[in-house]
Amino acid sequence: FSSPSSSRTRIKVDAERKKTFVLKMPMELTQSRIQKIWLPNDNRPALPRRSCGPQLANSPTVIVMVGLPARGKTYISKKLTRYLNWIGVPTKVFNVGEYRREAVKHYSSYDFFRPDNEEAMKVRRQCALAALRDVKLYLTEEAGQIAVFDATNTTRERRGMILNFAKENGFKVFFIESVCNDPTVVATNVMEVKLSSPDYRDCNSTDAMEDFMKRINCYQASYQPLDPDDYDRELSLIKVIDVGRRFLVNRVQDHIQSRIVYYLMNIHVQPRTIYLCRHGESEFNLKGKIGGDSGLSNRGKKFAVALNKFVEEQNLKDLKVWTSQLKRTIQTAEALQLPYEQWKALNEIDAGVCEEMTYEDIREQHPEEFALRDQDKYYYRYPSGESYQDLVQRLEPVIMELERQENVLVICHQAVMRCLLAYFLDKSADEMPYLKCPLHTVLKLTPVAYGCRVESISLNIEAVNTHRERPEEAKKGPNPLMRRNSVTPLASPEPTKKPRINSFEEHVAVSSALPGCVPQEVPTQMPGQ
Amino acid sequence: PPARELTQNPLQKTWEPYDNGLPAGHSAQRGVCMTNCPTLIVMVGLPARGKTYISKKLTRYLNWIGVPTKEFNVGQYRRDLVKKYKSFEFFLPDNEEGLKIRKQCALAALNDVRQYLSEENGHVAVFDATNTTRERRETIYKFGEENGYKTFFVESVCVDPEVIAANIVQVKLGSPDYVNCSNDEATEDFMKRIECYKNSYETLDETLDKDLSYIKIMDVGRSYLVNRVMDHIQSRIVYYLMNIHVTPRSIYLCRHGESELNLKGRIGGDPGLSVRGKEFAKSLAQFINEQNIKDLKVWTSQMKRTIQTAEALGVPYEQWKVLNEIDAGVCEEMTYEEIQENYPLEFALRDQDKYRYRYPKGESYEDLVQRLEPVIMELERQENVLVICHQAVMRCLLAYFLDKPAEQLPYLKCPLHTVLKLTPVAYG
Repeated sequence: FSSPSSSRTRIKVDAERKKTFVLKMPMELTQSRIQKIWLPNDNRPALPRRSCGPQLANSPTVIVMVGLPARGKTYISKKLTRYLNWIGVPTKVFNVGEYRREAVKHYSSYDFFRPDNEEAMKVRRQCALAALRDVKLYLTEEAGQIAVFDATNTTRERRGMILNFAKENGFKVFFIESVCNDPTVVATNVMEVKLSSPDYRDCNSTDAMEDFMKRINCYQASYQPLDPDDYDRELSLIKVIDVGRRFLVNRVQDHIQSRIVYYLMNIHVQPRTIYLCRHGESEFNLKGKIGGDSGLSNRGKKFAVALNKFVEEQNLKDLKVWTSQLKRTIQTAEALQLPYEQWKALNEIDAGVCEEMTYEDIREQHPEEFALRDQDKYYYRYPSGESYQDLVQRLEPVIMELERQENVLVICHQAVMRCLLAYFLDKSADEMPYLKCPLHTVLKLTPVAYGCRVESISLNIEAVNTHRERPEEAKKGPNPLMRRNSVTPLASPEPTKKPRINSFEEHVAVSSALPGCVPQEVPTQMPGQ
Repeated sequence: PPARELTQNPLQKTWEPYDNGLPAGHSAQRGVCMTNCPTLIVMVGLPARGKTYISKKLTRYLNWIGVPTKEFNVGQYRRDLVKKYKSFEFFLPDNEEGLKIRKQCALAALNDVRQYLSEENGHVAVFDATNTTRERRETIYKFGEENGYKTFFVESVCVDPEVIAANIVQVKLGSPDYVNCSNDEATEDFMKRIECYKNSYETLDETLDKDLSYIKIMDVGRSYLVNRVMDHIQSRIVYYLMNIHVTPRSIYLCRHGESELNLKGRIGGDPGLSVRGKEFAKSLAQFINEQNIKDLKVWTSQMKRTIQTAEALGVPYEQWKVLNEIDAGVCEEMTYEEIQENYPLEFALRDQDKYRYRYPKGESYEDLVQRLEPVIMELERQENVLVICHQAVMRCLLAYFLDKPAEQLPYLKCPLHTVLKLTPVAYG
């Protein structure tokens, strides 16, 4: 308001305009230092850290598995949980069988599961209730968003009890039923995961198999499959029939349930192998520069040739090859003389203003950024660039398609490979940016039982080491799940300590004294940090 | 043999192999191979079950994500052949003349399908007709097999009389068939038309059709039955169909208020709002208030200017990084003049093919569409939403809703300080 004389009229007009909403602070924003998120200045509770996209889940959800033993419930539970955690939705499995093994130290035989075994029925019910208590704790006090309740849940009575529990606590419920009558599939499952169960520790395979089949029988008489046409028409559920040949989906309530259904419809159990590797060593790698779009060095080209030989030796049926759209991965794929698909989503993490710099350059020109990255490498976003968290979001369609495919070789980049690897090996956000993915090394992943077997195969071509360990002094911030306001003040870095600088110079002196030696990775510890 | 050399395509900035100076054979594909062989989608269902609604919407979505798709509505062929529609009697099961004509139309449509998929580079054809008998579906399936197409059935089953009545009002009364009828006459005739199909209707069956690939949609999406999804595109189609709904709602699209860089004629960057931009934000708040929208969701990008705009609304909002403006790479924060001066070739290339043109170290509209696909999917799930975004982004979203092809997309008018209100109506 400029002149005092007109202020009275101005105020009157503005009072009229205000009406039903309150004019807040005039749109002042501050950018959070690590994630580079713009937040209002008025100290309102900021967006929860994970919300860089749609609110995936409002009320917590209990996923209830349903099905006879050996129908893949635990397989689905674990795989789904791994996927949800990877995309940033805190999820946990509660396997009632494990609670039972805790309560009943020694499993004697299938008699325990007979429907007329009252003592056992009591124990089993207690285990289910104990598991539900833990579900409640996880969802209400431990910031969990999804709990997967892994048990047979084959009777309406049991499911009714769970629905009541959920209702009392304000949880959504989503049922996943696995129905399979193919005896071959059931037998395979039993061999894959049951014979090695703690229950059958002291049995031979034949006895174990026989006992387990009798165990399944115990459930059969009382099994009431989900009935979405009538009795269960109000429930949200998916029925997976014959290992994914067919699906029945009823009343999907929200975004996360829709994503879960999509995921379940894309996974399969065909044996296959996924190969992950980086491009061959690049010209920029040699110079210690990050990012960019450089071509392969001589050793990188040698690697490509070695990769070709390796792939041939693997003798695979129908291998798909995927690359990014950066030159170095494509050059690597070219040596294979196989068709390949270029995915922009597989491009290396965008280092924004730090693109094509060495870590030294970054430390010099952007010292604060350099320090912040070490503090919280998963959430840290380069100015005008990306974070590992952003990478996960952009790689999700790659993961979905990898699930659909069979044998695939993915030729990508260090940060990208770490993200993909974290998905397959169920590594947390905290570990992901420090997974070891060296140049000229192929990781061979084979699904086995409930997880993934990983084999690391070095193709024995020299290359620079681009891995930076987690600095010991880097403070780990408070548990990301708990931190609500990402504009938390950070502790100031320690003052520079002379001796450290000297040792750095020493290191440099030693390297240059040895002619023709492989240029070592530039020391990455900031003096005093 | 020595590895082939790579050269970077000047327009799209993609690396391609070449032999002796010429682009090499197509062993390098971009993105997921969505379709190996063409796909024939076959709609199934009684009249007024939403088949055409689904056909058109699905076609629009597939074209937007870059899969050339076309729908073939047999009713349209019938209207072209039988100039004037008299009454439901045309559809009586014992009307031999009628049956002959209808079969003829189906075959003519299939012939055009074959031309589209085998000669015109179409990837997906949507065959929109009742296809309610197993016999008719077998004919179509065989046709697909003979031509090397994968066939995917989409059946819509609905018994709720209110839904059917609403459909008739929405799209049948306005049909060319009923141009000279009163609403009551038209409704009565159409109900009798539906009856003609009922006796011979053979729904997709769990046992008899167990080897077919299909999705059965029940009660407008309350539940779904999905059988034998064969490939990526079918999986995407199923996901899409499971996310769309028909609840009335409005989508509001607008850009951030005018920014400091807008004032300077500079593109990109992460500037704040200008004074006028802040005024717009306040006006937007007032506009939203006046619209009196139930449960409005507000989405912004992660750039300061859209967030500042949303802040004025005083309601919760969600920040999406994928709604960020197109990345102009090396041209960020330049004026168009500076670009022309410093990158004359790039400047020219962009005008040549604005949709596919990728800024050096930046993005293209084509890249934008790919990154915006989850936004579209979530918009389909949601009800009332206000999206505060940016010019190129808004053009992409608008092109999806208004079914604009790639050539027109980068030129759609999305001025500052203007809100576009989109309301679904009939088939669009």
